[in-house]
Amino acid sequence: MAESKKTSEVNWFKQRLTLAMFFIMAAFALLIARSFYLQVIERDEFSRLSENNCIRLQSIDPPRGMIFDREGTLLVENRPSFDLNIVLKDAKPVRQTLEHLSVYAQVSAEELSSKLERKNGLSLYKPTLIKADIGRDSLAAIEVRRFDLPGIEVNVRSLRHYLRRGTSAHIIGYLGEINSEELKGDAYPDARSGDFVGKFGAEKSFDRYLRGKRGGQQVEVNATGQVVRVLQTVDAQPGHNIYLTIDQALQEKAQDLLEGIAGSVVAMDPNTGEILVMVSSPSFDQNAFVSGLSRDHWRELITNPFRPMENKAIQGEYPPGSTYKIITAIAGLEEGVIDRHTTFFCPGFYRYGDRVFRCWKKGGHGTVDVERALEESCDVFFYQVGQKLGVDRLAWHAKASGLGEPTGIDLDHEASGLIPTAAWKKNRTGVPWQRGETLSIAIGQGYDLVTPLQMAVLTAAVASNGISYKPIIIRRIETAEGKIVFENKPKVARKLPASKQTLEIVRRGLWQVVNGDRGTARVAKVKGIEICGKTGTSQVVGRKKNEVARDVERAAHQKAHAWFVAYAPAEHPQIAVAVVVENGEHGSSASAPIAREIIKSYLNRPHPSWHIKGNSEDHLVSSNAKFGT
Amino acid sequence: MQNSEHETNLMIDRRLVQCFDWGMLGLTLLLAGVGVLTIYSAVTAGLPVPERMVYIKQLVWFGVGFFLMIVTFLFDYKKLDQWAFAIYAGSILLLVCVLIFGKHIGGARRWLALGPISVQPSEMVKIALIIILSRQYAKTATKKGLTLRELILPILLTAVPFVLIVKQPDLGTALLLVLIAGSITLFVKIERKSLLCIMGTGLISVPLVWSLLKGYQKQRILTFLDPERDPLGAGYHIIQSKIAIGSGMITGKGFLKGTQNTLSFLPEQHTDFIFSVFAEEWGFVGSAVLILILLVFIVWGLNIAYGCRDPFGIILAFGITTLIFWQVFINIGMVMGLMPVVGIPLPFISYGGSSIITMMLGVGLLMNVSMRRFQLE
Repeated sequence: MAESKKTSEVNWFKQRLTLAMFFIMAAFALLIARSFYLQVIERDEFSRLSENNCIRLQSIDPPRGMIFDREGTLLVENRPSFDLNIVLKDAKPVRQTLEHLSVYAQVSAEELSSKLERKNGLSLYKPTLIKADIGRDSLAAIEVRRFDLPGIEVNVRSLRHYLRRGTSAHIIGYLGEINSEELKGDAYPDARSGDFVGKFGAEKSFDRYLRGKRGGQQVEVNATGQVVRVLQTVDAQPGHNIYLTIDQALQEKAQDLLEGIAGSVVAMDPNTGEILVMVSSPSFDQNAFVSGLSRDHWRELITNPFRPMENKAIQGEYPPGSTYKIITAIAGLEEGVIDRHTTFFCPGFYRYGDRVFRCWKKGGHGTVDVERALEESCDVFFYQVGQKLGVDRLAWHAKASGLGEPTGIDLDHEASGLIPTAAWKKNRTGVPWQRGETLSIAIGQGYDLVTPLQMAVLTAAVASNGISYKPIIIRRIETAEGKIVFENKPKVARKLPASKQTLEIVRRGLWQVVNGDRGTARVAKVKGIEICGKTGTSQVVGRKKNEVARDVERAAHQKAHAWFVAYAPAEHPQIAVAVVVENGEHGSSASAPIAREIIKSYLNRPHPSWHIKGNSEDHLVSSNAKFGT
Repeated sequence: MQNSEHETNLMIDRRLVQCFDWGMLGLTLLLAGVGVLTIYSAVTAGLPVPERMVYIKQLVWFGVGFFLMIVTFLFDYKKLDQWAFAIYAGSILLLVCVLIFGKHIGGARRWLALGPISVQPSEMVKIALIIILSRQYAKTATKKGLTLRELILPILLTAVPFVLIVKQPDLGTALLLVLIAGSITLFVKIERKSLLCIMGTGLISVPLVWSLLKGYQKQRILTFLDPERDPLGAGYHIIQSKIAIGSGMITGKGFLKGTQNTLSFLPEQHTDFIFSVFAEEWGFVGSAVLILILLVFIVWGLNIAYGCRDPFGIILAFGITTLIFWQVFINIGMVMGLMPVVGIPLPFISYGGSSIITMMLGVGLLMNVSMRRFQLE
């Protein structure tokens, strides 16, 4: 029974197999028919196409996005560059073609053929670049004599053009040829070797928005390599346009003020965290990078003792000097080691153990409270506050205020600065913390290191009631058609661990610095604007990297750096500024006037954007709610 | 014990030797020869630095494959009934390993490095799936056709490797598995009611799934179905392939005389696009002959199924033949611009160790069934 069932099943399978056979026959008939169509019916067409291998791919590069300042001032655009390329297979005879070309393009034949000397990687069929960025005159001459120049192609490539040379160079950054590591990584999925990508600044941080998407064309070329027909086109998608938070007018003002000075200015809106100014001086010309920098030029840039390639606003680490007294004052008040009425007597020095710590003012400040100590920058007062706090409590407050770590701004290579603790020193040097060192730390000397951006952020937070916004440099990103793809919203990074009262005391002290009778920055006083600030002078010894200065420069190098941090107006602050002048000696004389000028020109002109910001009180309330404290 | 004695006896059984499938062996050797010669042309003609190693490696793979083929036909295929699950589980395990330890090549993880050689477990899993489905259907298939309940297990068995291969990602191979499983299932027949049910579900779910896909995923599928949509990638490869084939004209440019092959106008000229190289050099005459040889091979395979008297053997032989058929049809269809551009090699002709080993195992199984067609249990 089972056997017969099986047999009938097997017979039934045979029917199915016959069915499958017909299906397979039909499929193979289709393959042979297709083969007949391609190889017999269309044979002449395909044979013609194969003759010169004449279907080629040409890539269409997307225009890179443009960069604007906050008000829409164009900072970076693209300009066309006309490049001469040769397709070796079509350019026969090569030598003669190059000779003709050298006449029309007014370039020596040697220079043209030098590009063809390397044997490896030269393709017969693909265009090889022989001369980049020829002038319009040469272009016209070549276009007219096309018939004399088989295999020569003029390709239009767009090059970056930085309109305001030198200003904002460190924020905007520059492009460079993609390297092999970048090609291997995931950050540049469509990139090919030879592409230019952002290497520094916003050009790098926002490369994925700026670069757009490559397109291409399938073209048919004739025997001399000229395109006779475009078969298919995929359009390139232009990159997005970027609006920085930078105020270009103010940026240029700051740049001028730092002319001839090594230093940095950072200004931000304390209500949003938007960076209005970020200048690092000396600067460099980004246009020099566009068509490749010469080796000498590059060496000069990187060996220049004033470090033009460094963005000092985020990479420069300086001892904060007396600007750090803001932290010491907050920590002292918050930890209860002093209150607003606590006074110390300053005879001009402070004896601690067997050492004598001097106040900057030889004759001493007499009896001072905390506001007065800030106003006059009394060292002796803060020595004692620091001594009572101890290094670790002081460090806790500094770190909780955002020092000692990067602010998280969208720029590469941001330094973290350094806020020392007892454990850090033991770990690092093997020597335990000396209690005397705490005194130096309390006035911002010793191991303490901060960046101008960190100090600007801190000052902004003190100005805006302890709310610290993450510093941002991008306002919005738009497609080439103007559709907004990204809009930056203010983001609260932290709240200073300080009560309203504490901050009020500190702010009164900072007001006195500029507006008080004995303030250290009376020079910054401006009629009609109440500026609050703090000077600082940071000794150069004890930098984190033990830089050995060259003998000639030693004298200048050992001069102290001058700091000034400020915000204004005192009520409803609109701008916070940090200025550092390298080897400027005194914050009051070197840095405070720069800050004053920036604040003045920012606040003394009409600001359409202020209306948009609305009532700053409302803003604070909502931010508080967001923070949930 | 008795079994192994039985087998030893069978090995020297004169009947077995008499039934040895010389035809299948001859066809295999013929195809292998055409393959190696075409690879030789693809990697040497016109190139300044010929990659001679490639066709030598292919010869070595055929040698290894030949040995495995012999091993595969020595034992009685009915034993596979018991081993099916172990083979299946083993190949699934390899697929999982690929996802964890696999080598990244061109944005996908498909290869598993075993010392100096790399294997592609997605190739081996094709055979494993055919074996386990044959075992399953040999038990459940009836004239009435399979019910929905009987289809659950086969669907699961196909879905597991399908998902693992999609993850690599290798959409082409994954879809090939579905084609093979689908063909075998239709061959053993599905109940009319169930078939309508499945087709209905499919029709409803296609737009549903489509609406769930993201923009770029839709783009990728559309490009897959219509390479012309990607004129700079797949579309360009197809037009170059068509130029190569068409310019071969009726009699071809002659062995080693192909021009499109040189200087990388053809992509993957020794693997997926090997047929274009062949067709350019041998013209319509050569193409038609090669296609016919492949057809004879497939018909031969179907004939082995036809001659078998045991459902498991029939379905197994049919499954292997179907595998070869689909690969031939998809690959040649692709290079001639009839099919989506997928990484499916041309059996016996394309370069690739895993592909050759898989095909030779398939041939071994077909011979196995063929040799034992007169045996009765």
